[in-house]
Amino acid sequence: MSTSVASSESASTSSSGLKPSGLNPSGIGASVLRREDARFITGNGRYTDDIRVEGQVYAVFVRSPYAHAKVTRVDIGDALATPRVIAVLTGADMQADGIGGLPCGWMVKQKDGTDMRSPNHPPLVVDKVNYAGEPVAIVIAETVEAARQGADAVAVDYDELQAIIDLGTATDSSEIHPGISNNLAYEWELGDRAATDAALASAAHVTRLDLTNNRLIPNAIEPRAALGVFDATTGEHTLYTTSQNPHLERLVLSAFVNIAPEHKLRVIAPDVGGGFGSKIFIYSEETAVIWAARRVRRPVKWTADRSESFLADAHGRDHLTHAELGIDASGNFVALKVHTVANLGAYLSTFGSSVPTYLYGTLLAGQYRTPNIHVEVQGVFTNTAPVDAYRGAGRPEATYVVERIVENAARELQQDPAELRRRNMIQPDQFPYQTPVALVYDVGDYEKSLDKALGLIDYDGFSARRKISEAKGHHRGIGLACYIEACGLAPSKLAIALGAGVGLYESGEVRMNPTGSVTVFTGSHSHGQGHETTFAQVVSDKLGVPFDAVEVVHGDTGRVEFGLGTYGSRSLAVGGSALIRASEKIINKGRKIAAHLMEGAEEAVDFSGGRFSLRDSNRSLSIQEVAFAAYVPGNYPDDLEPGLSEKAFYDPQNFTYPAGTHIAEVEIDGETGVVSVVNFVAVDDFGRIINPLIVHGQVHGGVAQGIGQALLEIGLYDSNGQLLTGSMMDYCLPRADDLPDFVVGTTVTHCTHNPLGVKGCGEAGAIGSPAAVMNAVTDALGVDEVSMPATPEKVWRILQGRSPRRMA
Amino acid sequence: MDQQGEYRIPATQAAVWQALNDPAVLARCIPGCQSMEKTDDTHFSAKVKAKVGPVSATFDVLLELADVDPPTGYRIDGQVKGGPAGFGKGGAKVRIEAVSEGQTLLTYQVEASIGGKLAQVGSRLIDAATRKIADEFFTAFRAEVGQSEADSVADVSSQDDSEPEKTAVAAEAAPANNDQWKVWAVVFGLFVVAMVLAI
Repeated sequence: MSTSVASSESASTSSSGLKPSGLNPSGIGASVLRREDARFITGNGRYTDDIRVEGQVYAVFVRSPYAHAKVTRVDIGDALATPRVIAVLTGADMQADGIGGLPCGWMVKQKDGTDMRSPNHPPLVVDKVNYAGEPVAIVIAETVEAARQGADAVAVDYDELQAIIDLGTATDSSEIHPGISNNLAYEWELGDRAATDAALASAAHVTRLDLTNNRLIPNAIEPRAALGVFDATTGEHTLYTTSQNPHLERLVLSAFVNIAPEHKLRVIAPDVGGGFGSKIFIYSEETAVIWAARRVRRPVKWTADRSESFLADAHGRDHLTHAELGIDASGNFVALKVHTVANLGAYLSTFGSSVPTYLYGTLLAGQYRTPNIHVEVQGVFTNTAPVDAYRGAGRPEATYVVERIVENAARELQQDPAELRRRNMIQPDQFPYQTPVALVYDVGDYEKSLDKALGLIDYDGFSARRKISEAKGHHRGIGLACYIEACGLAPSKLAIALGAGVGLYESGEVRMNPTGSVTVFTGSHSHGQGHETTFAQVVSDKLGVPFDAVEVVHGDTGRVEFGLGTYGSRSLAVGGSALIRASEKIINKGRKIAAHLMEGAEEAVDFSGGRFSLRDSNRSLSIQEVAFAAYVPGNYPDDLEPGLSEKAFYDPQNFTYPAGTHIAEVEIDGETGVVSVVNFVAVDDFGRIINPLIVHGQVHGGVAQGIGQALLEIGLYDSNGQLLTGSMMDYCLPRADDLPDFVVGTTVTHCTHNPLGVKGCGEAGAIGSPAAVMNAVTDALGVDEVSMPATPEKVWRILQGRSPRRMA
Repeated sequence: MDQQGEYRIPATQAAVWQALNDPAVLARCIPGCQSMEKTDDTHFSAKVKAKVGPVSATFDVLLELADVDPPTGYRIDGQVKGGPAGFGKGGAKVRIEAVSEGQTLLTYQVEASIGGKLAQVGSRLIDAATRKIADEFFTAFRAEVGQSEADSVADVSSQDDSEPEKTAVAAEAAPANNDQWKVWAVVFGLFVVAMVLAI
């Protein structure tokens, strides 16, 4: 797969206070090769499973084959008698040790003002299984093989119950969790219902659409793993695990699950091979491993096999939605009304409640001036794996609703879909823009991205290309998606007011070492994003030190003070900003030291390119010389502490709002129904770009996942709650030959409220692309809706039943 | 999953109906069958070792005959438990009808569900595995009854499969009374196979 990278523009509508750096070849804006890749591609990465601790033993989980069943008996006798098995622990053992249930981290208020209803989620089943694959017991043995044999020997008697699987009827079915009627975690709404209804009633045209957002199963290349170590001498617990946010894991395991106090619990997330959200959450297995390590007084390791990942990693998406868009006689959107049933799975996962509410409903304005919006969401329990954030987390679902219905509206009105969008877009002079669904967009230029994307895909040449396809008996379609996302999670006050259990700031520490190198500590976590490179670029640029002299440390609660981790495209916008703030403190202190050494006034010392210089003199000092002086303070200000190390916590004032236009062009084989994405253009406004190479890589990966959702992937359970797509044979991930050469372009408006002017790029590819591809597929087929994934069978059946192509 | 099939058996309807199986013979004919026991007139239990794709386990099989309607049909309900490999459960409806002199048509419909690892990684392999084991069953059965040539054909078709595959199997009707249990063994053996793997 080759890459076409369109030239990026640096048109700026706001000043961020940072000058683009032209001098530093590894600074901001440079396509520096990822420094972490050398160890990854030479087999020198250190993942959780690579870590071996003297005396470690191995855990295997006994999992329920039933989706919904009472556990009437767990007989561990034969398992304990299995050679080399040293312990078999159950949910009852956990309860006896006072280990609590896994909490949901976001309390969503229902529309009637009451709290959502969250069932207890014991890490190991105590008396009732609620999804197939739920862990019932942990078997620990000297070898993995012995642990497997021991697990096979655990005899569990199940009394099977009716499984509630179908999302459309779950609210009319028997209760999964006693006391949670209609299997409803919450009914939530946002926006003005009465005004929206009134505007729809008087609209000249109303487009209606029913949509399914298919369940997805994350497949990070590294499965989840954990190694729990208990030090009987110090009482310290250390959990090595595949986490996107080790500090949050420590906080939850300490405060809610009662594993150990925070000062006796260290969580280390070493190299982590991808997450896409699925490693944000606090899971049963990691919890059981660190608890079991204390019980058996041996280090305990567990590494999921792929089957377990399919069953027990939190899944993504899974919505049923009805939407109505009202349009006036001039083509202006006047109202959008959305009703969504969101599958939450069997329990509320760590952030499961927030994804289909605050990360979904708030994005339904899209890039448009739609004045009236109302959304109602029912969060529903089913006997399926818990559903939580997956790359994009709510925002792909929102974009899918908005961009699919806008596309259909354009077809119904016989207008060019691009022009109908353009007519309704928020204009650059309207920022800051208050949407009817809570958010205030700070900046953007949506038409610029639209125009650039239309140019890159040769929109005007499409009809000629379609004729060529038709001559071959194929069907060609084109589809747009003008997405927006809220990233840079999140202003803490706002998040906590809306129910978040934690603040969403980030911490950073910049430590100048005595000899001039820099160690940077960040609470963000890198599991594929390339922070070790990008963050080094930022600090190198800010402090004027060589890129190679900056080391980035992350993923260890024992080394990094605190952090909220990586998700929601927040690392650079929030974590990077914290590093800028810490670097500014370094410069400010350095200026005092330099002024003393140069015998000038502090106000007369300028800092640029790594040098402090005394204005109107030829005296200057490098930051390295100043750092040395700070650690060897022979000639040093009396009122200043030695050392040159600074911390900062950065709490964003607002979300950031990356936005752009994705356009997909598909060709459908008239005989087989195979959909080929033949052209794909992504033009994104991510604000300032630190490393274009990494940004393009993120876009590529995200678009690949989005195309996977649109054409290939679906997580399916049968009516008894058995996962039918439980392996790579049945769950179809995109491969290189399913994807075209992506054309990636950027436009730039700088975020107005963070010091870097950045917005975040990690999720955009997966947010814009499903709607673009499905708009193209429905365009090619001449139908209103095809449910994702548009598999060859589904498309072929439509082709068999279709009437001759409507004339365009 | 649903499966259905039919067998033409060169024996009278009454003979087919009256035929009773010998659990010991069945145990020898069913691939991987470790034991087969008739616990009472309508209940059977068996242990069968089987492999579907990557899933291999010893399955405990419990079968119960119900709605017995001599000589035209009955229903079998069954449960299969494979411990960590998963489970199956379901029922099969059997019709036995005379089609001509000395010729009986047996049809069956199985409705079954599978769970656990068997469902997660094996569901797409069930049809093929069932056919393979049915082949093995009839090969063993021919040897057991001393017949070397197959001269009747059974069609096994599955609703899951758009290309029904013909499986050449023998349900040879040896003359006279000694044959009766063999025919019944075929029928019953198929169900055990079906309940273990078609389920």
